[in-house]
Amino acid sequence: MTDLASSSRAKRPEFRNINALSDLPSYTLPPAGIVSILHRVSGAILFVLMPFIIWMFDTSVSSEFSYARFTHVFSAGVGFVPGWFVKLAVLGILWSYLHHFSAGMRHLWMDMNHDAVTKQFGRSSAQAVLAVSLLLTAALGAKLFGLY
Amino acid sequence: MAVNYGSKRLATGAHYGLRDWLAQRVTAVLMALFTLILLEQVIFTKGPMGYDKWAGIFSGQCMKFLTFVVIIALLYHAWVGIRDIWMDYIKPVSLRLSLQVLSIVWLVGCAGWAIQVLWRL
Repeated sequence: MTDLASSSRAKRPEFRNINALSDLPSYTLPPAGIVSILHRVSGAILFVLMPFIIWMFDTSVSSEFSYARFTHVFSAGVGFVPGWFVKLAVLGILWSYLHHFSAGMRHLWMDMNHDAVTKQFGRSSAQAVLAVSLLLTAALGAKLFGLY
Repeated sequence: MAVNYGSKRLATGAHYGLRDWLAQRVTAVLMALFTLILLEQVIFTKGPMGYDKWAGIFSGQCMKFLTFVVIIALLYHAWVGIRDIWMDYIKPVSLRLSLQVLSIVWLVGCAGWAIQVLWRL
């Protein structure tokens, strides 16, 4: 810890009694922090959208007729929900799963490997997780929206 | 097992939380393996994916076995994660308990539905 008498750097900003509206917007999380909170958020999204995911499994796998209905939902929508919104929801599920999976792999690696628990590796592995998950989401999203 | 209920319930001490922590990791590995298996089946199908090929993946008893294991694994994995979220952000006990009950109902219902879909094939 820095000796007060010899401290020559500017004092780091302190955040006490964090106020959600005035302090949180000026927070900059390190990459590892961003990966971590998104890991939680993506897990929560998957939890909330689980019935929709199961509905997709159900409709796609039950019969030829329901499979046709399944593919139809992506273009014509279902009820009052338009097709593009369904695709957007599926894109959200794709990102959630990919991020949760990648960040989870990072967790497992950190659990198994002592060298993985350094500050430098924490930073570089977090950046890798973000890069991999966003790239894969973009690739699968492009396929979903018919770009190739 | 030692008495750990009622007035003798302990929520602290050595190894408390170890089971759930380990269960989350083990279920994660199981689900990751399943994801790879499923991906391999999907990526290496010749020609476009139609109903027959897609339903065909889940029709074999082996795949049904694996999918069922994954559904149960997901149930436990998700429960630990969601319980952690409630535990971190909801302080009032009555509200937290209600949300935990709702979460379990949600998860058990989803698992039941998924198993029903799987065995209709």
